Amino acid sequence: MSETAKAISDLFTERFGERVTVGDTQSGITTVEIEVDAWQEVCRALRDEEDFNFEQLTDLCGVDYLSFGQSEWDTEDASQEGFGRGVESLGPGRFDWASRPEAGDMKQRFGVVVHLLSFRHNRRLRIRCFAPDEGMPIVPTLVEIWSSANWYEREAFDLFGIVFEGHPDLRRIMTDYGFTGHPFRKDFPLIGNVAVRYDELKGRIVYEPVEIEPRVTVPRVLRDDSRYKSDEVDQAADARAEEIAAAQGEDKDG
Amino acid sequence: MAEIQNYTMNFGPQHPAAHGVLRLVLEMDGETVVRADPHVGLLHRATEKLAESKPYNHNIGYLDRLDYMSMMCNEHAYVRAIEQLLGIEPPPRAQYIRTMFDELTRFSNHLLWIASCGIDLGAMTVFLYAFREREMIMDMYEGVSGARMHAAYYRPGGVYRDLPDAMPKYKETRWTKGKDLKRRNEWREGSMLDFIEAFAADVDSKIDEYETLLTNNRIWKQRTVGIGVVSPDKAMQMGFSGVMLRGSGVEWDLRKKQPYAMYDQVDFDVPVGVSGDCYDRYLCRVEEMRQSAKIILQCVDWLKKHPGHVMLKNFKVIPPTREEMKDDMEALIHHFKLFTEGYCVPEGETYAAVEAPKGEFGCYLVSDGANKPFRAHFRAPGFAHLSSMNELAQGHMLADTVAIISTLDLVFGEVDR
Repeated sequence: MSETAKAISDLFTERFGERVTVGDTQSGITTVEIEVDAWQEVCRALRDEEDFNFEQLTDLCGVDYLSFGQSEWDTEDASQEGFGRGVESLGPGRFDWASRPEAGDMKQRFGVVVHLLSFRHNRRLRIRCFAPDEGMPIVPTLVEIWSSANWYEREAFDLFGIVFEGHPDLRRIMTDYGFTGHPFRKDFPLIGNVAVRYDELKGRIVYEPVEIEPRVTVPRVLRDDSRYKSDEVDQAADARAEEIAAAQGEDKDG
Repeated sequence: MAEIQNYTMNFGPQHPAAHGVLRLVLEMDGETVVRADPHVGLLHRATEKLAESKPYNHNIGYLDRLDYMSMMCNEHAYVRAIEQLLGIEPPPRAQYIRTMFDELTRFSNHLLWIASCGIDLGAMTVFLYAFREREMIMDMYEGVSGARMHAAYYRPGGVYRDLPDAMPKYKETRWTKGKDLKRRNEWREGSMLDFIEAFAADVDSKIDEYETLLTNNRIWKQRTVGIGVVSPDKAMQMGFSGVMLRGSGVEWDLRKKQPYAMYDQVDFDVPVGVSGDCYDRYLCRVEEMRQSAKIILQCVDWLKKHPGHVMLKNFKVIPPTREEMKDDMEALIHHFKLFTEGYCVPEGETYAAVEAPKGEFGCYLVSDGANKPFRAHFRAPGFAHLSSMNELAQGHMLADTVAIISTLDLVFGEVDR
């Protein structure tokens, strides 16, 4: 699989030049980032051209990269004082609507990730583009190229608020009729904020703020100590072994 | 003559043939469907969002509840995605157990499909037959995991525990006793593998029974032949997978083309349809059941000969056993860490797909190096299949939409997620 991955990355740079960035390969699937202006054009080529021939769009989904790589619980200098019992920091999804974090001026917040499949070459490919605007992320649609993109784009629009320009029928799909907001965004709270009940005195259904408080049972922890970096440790060890060998060789020469 | 206008009608969400909670808005011209607009999301539980706030292992239970007719196949995709990111490989015995249970799951899914499809199209008996066999697969699920449906049996690095040495037996009741009781417990005398072997060896004759009821049945053929035809190009274009694709004559099965677990070690055939109508899809599913039984027998054979570990020995990911914990400090620390914090998965993204009974079930996982997924997206086969409803149903009669919905093999747990 790695050979095909290499071949496909060469193929991309040759054919599309600077409009695409070939990323790394994980389990035989290469990630390719495509500029949003070239999104439709490159995809059409991916479907039609002999070398690529991706007949099927298997999957399309939105990703919100807000808070990527952020911990809820600092573990670096905790050894002196021990961990606190509760988690003070308000990670995404653990706050009420009024105190939701401002997204700030994050340039590349919303991504659209597409998985393609070529039956002919038995090959998969992951392509991604970032929606340019923070206020209203807009990406051209792929419905005309692969009709299976239709519902997937509706889903990404519903859950992330990514607008697909040129989509024939961009309605909400998962959430309720008349829903507001885009629930899968990272700044959308995970818990509900209003409860519904029937009030006998008023004789109608009332909406009230919930009494429960958001809490984190298992905090989000990022660890980058050496146990999780076996590759790098191995490489470092190899490099050291080589150094030592080289040093010994020099000693012999000397 | 007065002009008759098209009218819209609601099919579901409470209609029994809507397979759960599908609301289908049909625009009808007399009894012909002009436009079909499925409204989904009534079972939307935001599994993907919930997964972002839970440690990796806690989410396995959610996967069972997506496609609740093929529980272990869903787990398999998720667990494989984690394994790919961690760079670990489960031991071969675990891989064989997974292969076997994937096929048992496929079998039970197809049994339920043939049962409910039969009911939708007016064949009641096959329902009773199919549930007789399905009950035994539920027993196998229960024997191995303790739960009849939502097993949470697959774990990153293997499976939760080895197959049990004994199967639970029926007890004597007022209705089941004597010879009857003996017959019911006949397969359950030995280990679980013996039970599965006896079941898989016998099941061909059971499939013959279903086929006697349906395959050459005049009504069945009238209801399915030439209904909901999909051309191979259309099937690929519309994102079809699994039987929906193979029924149209595209030879594509992930178990053969991109093998995972132990599918490259077992011998089986992939049935492919010709005309892409409801009847061909029925034939494909029936043949798949026979092939599943064949794979199960091969797995049983291997598992009987090769005892061994079913879990990796890697305390960074897999908790140590209770016994190890009692006299090993290291094991105790690891256990504590794993159950309070979980394990961290290296930064990266991956997509793992399995050939679930309904088609390609994929799991796209993005990790930012934390103990919870940054983003998990599940690619459900039913979602792509249902999105083609308008094209499939156009021009058909109202009664045919029931046959079409039925052979799409939809489960709304996975469509809505």
